[in-house]
Amino acid sequence: MIIELGHFALILAFVLALAQASLPLIGAARGNAALMAVARPAAFGQLIFLLLAFAALMYGFVTSDFSVQVVAANSHSAKPMLYKIAGLWGNHEGSLLLWVLILAIFGAAVAGVGDNLPATLRARVLSVQAMIATGFLSFMLATSNPFTRLIPAPLDGAGLNPLLQDPGLAFHPPFLYLGYVGFSMAFSFAVAALIEGRVDPAWARWVRPWTLAAWCFLTIGIAMGSWWAYYELGWGGWWFWDPVENASFMPWLAGTALLHSAIVVEKRDALKSWTVLLAILTFSLSLLGTFIVRSGVLSSVHAFATDPARGVFILGFLVLVIGGSLTLYAIRAPILKGGGIFAPISREAALVVNNWLLATACATVLLGTLYPLLMDALSGGTDKVTVGAPYYNATFTPLMVPLMMMMALGPLMSWKRGDLAGVLSRLQFALGLSVLSMLVVWYLREEGPVLAVFGIGLGVWLIGGALTDLAERIKLFRAPFATSFARAVGLPRASWGAMLAHGGVGIVVLGITASTAWTEEKIILMQPGDEATVSGYVYRFIRAEQGPGPNYTALRGQFEVSKNGAPVVSLEPEARSYPTPPMDTTEAAIYPMLSGDLFAVIGNPQGDKGWSARLYFRPLQSWIWAGAIIMAIGGVISLSDRRHRVGAPRRAATPIGGAPAPLAAE
Amino acid sequence: MTRKQRRLYSVIGAMVLLGSAVGLVLYAVRDTLVYFYSPTEVAQKHLPPDRNFRIGGLVEEGSVVRHADGTNIDFAVTDLQTRIMVRYTGLLPDLFREGKGVVAEGRLDSDGKFIASSVLAKHDENYMPPEVADALKKSGQWVEGEPTHYDPPKEEE
Repeated sequence: MIIELGHFALILAFVLALAQASLPLIGAARGNAALMAVARPAAFGQLIFLLLAFAALMYGFVTSDFSVQVVAANSHSAKPMLYKIAGLWGNHEGSLLLWVLILAIFGAAVAGVGDNLPATLRARVLSVQAMIATGFLSFMLATSNPFTRLIPAPLDGAGLNPLLQDPGLAFHPPFLYLGYVGFSMAFSFAVAALIEGRVDPAWARWVRPWTLAAWCFLTIGIAMGSWWAYYELGWGGWWFWDPVENASFMPWLAGTALLHSAIVVEKRDALKSWTVLLAILTFSLSLLGTFIVRSGVLSSVHAFATDPARGVFILGFLVLVIGGSLTLYAIRAPILKGGGIFAPISREAALVVNNWLLATACATVLLGTLYPLLMDALSGGTDKVTVGAPYYNATFTPLMVPLMMMMALGPLMSWKRGDLAGVLSRLQFALGLSVLSMLVVWYLREEGPVLAVFGIGLGVWLIGGALTDLAERIKLFRAPFATSFARAVGLPRASWGAMLAHGGVGIVVLGITASTAWTEEKIILMQPGDEATVSGYVYRFIRAEQGPGPNYTALRGQFEVSKNGAPVVSLEPEARSYPTPPMDTTEAAIYPMLSGDLFAVIGNPQGDKGWSARLYFRPLQSWIWAGAIIMAIGGVISLSDRRHRVGAPRRAATPIGGAPAPLAAE
Repeated sequence: MTRKQRRLYSVIGAMVLLGSAVGLVLYAVRDTLVYFYSPTEVAQKHLPPDRNFRIGGLVEEGSVVRHADGTNIDFAVTDLQTRIMVRYTGLLPDLFREGKGVVAEGRLDSDGKFIASSVLAKHDENYMPPEVADALKKSGQWVEGEPTHYDPPKEEE
């Protein structure tokens, strides 16, 4: 019964979305306030009905109602509660429901806090949001209904893939979706602005917080995903340039570019049409990403064949959204006149170059991701190719190097006309630190490789640049300390956020470089009592024994790790066997330290020759995630800035409704 | 600086960047594409030993031999028409099973043995890599809808 109510709520949400997509748009065009007013209650209603639908499906998962098809296919009565809940979004239908629910949350947020938005703009934004919702809801109802019953009901479920039974992955999809769907706000604002024919600094001030929030979620979501791959897949890899990973990385790159170009619109009233285009592209890439993951179009072209209706629907929807918004852009963009002009050496110009590099890098990733599909289609299925890490190392990385070199310069540049020599002289400290670190690393690691030494220098340059930026702003060493402290306290949170985010990138670069270049790995057979030395750490194999877990059995190994005779840690990796679905997983034991990760994996016994073991030392590994978290924290701090608070900004002189309000102090 | 000049600079800058990106991509695509072949295609094509590529098929039943050092493993990959011997050094992924689909990347040595640098694990036990399914189709050993060879992939993250 509850399941049917959920199904009914989903249908009601769809009907409301239809109304919300059409009526306010007509109202805004005709200046009909009554029609425009439909948007707000419709957005709230959609949220309520989708919450009900979500709760109903959750009820199905929690009570293990196997008469519901998705529950039977993805859950099992013996599963821990956390994974029964996470099982909801661990599958195609359920994850779509989560997607539209998040979309409705964002829609309701605009409806709720967007009081200072001009009435027509808000009506149009909500209407565009509802169009996206309509597309997704009709897709769900037509081809992927989570409430489909299974008759007769099986006695027990098929179980959730054991690899996905992991706390890191339980929360990975919601974060990723909050990011993907968050970019829909930028998209809706962009399309609404195109319809209105007006993009101004106030518009950018409305769009930035949403974009920033989405960016923070996406950053965390990607970091969680790569962290999961690192410790769950058991061989120390953390990024594979897999289509599914690229699917989340492309919107991140485009979103990062959007974040920066929106600053130029806000502060300088320039780059308007480019920013609108970026907003459209970012969300289009998010959509593409959702579908790559959810439909398997790329990892397997055959996903189309297994359910042609789904594939055709997906393609149609993508064409409609991307084609429609780009057509609108082509028609309306010429009326968006640029405002402030700037010199080739200026903060604006630096941000333009940032955008070129990020957009180009994003394009190379897109090309690499879609290339196998193109080759397959062009050759008629005879040429099967894969595009792997070497491609991205040759295309993506060279584009990142100039970007990072510039990243330290940009924030120190002044608007309109910058002084390159002055900026460089202020960066002497960062440059010196960077050169020094390269020399030290070169001395410690004579064998290089040269590129890794350079990478370390680049990372230090970024961190040094962020520190210089801070020191400049608070006049450190140039004013009395008390003055500097007062300035630091009074510094806008957005500035702190930007510095943290840029410094975080530096930390990520250091982590990537060191762990890629200097990881030491040993794969050996060990008997209890055997020792192996990896990068100066002595792994002593104590024992391995079989034992039970909540819903699996596990082989547990124990390694005592010591350095120079002093004990460091005891590592206990597991090799688990799950009965439903029957599958083995590897649980690596990882001990993260500032200097690097100790990492041990135990394999099955090889007769009487002992157990196979995989032992690593991965220098600065956890810096990758620490840096990503710092970037996200920077975003959150920036978001808490008074000027960025969602819904806070006002348009200087509002042409339609609303009283003129003073601009927030710059 | 006038608006026109600024636009010119922007366009030139973007062109230079796009040009270099296209160059990078073309260069990278030429050198880094990894082709996929079925064991039968490997036998027909006489691939040079320095060429990196992927093979896929089923791990032949009873062919897995673990060497005394514990980390070298030999096995045969078959599309049920041709078999190719593979050597891999390291721990095999959890999903590696005799009779199941496998994809390996590496190159041929002078004896025609495939030296795998990586053996790919897929997330799902029933998941047959599409390339393997194709390889089996090509060798005429594929029967659509026959569960012993292939179960449709489950949704996976």
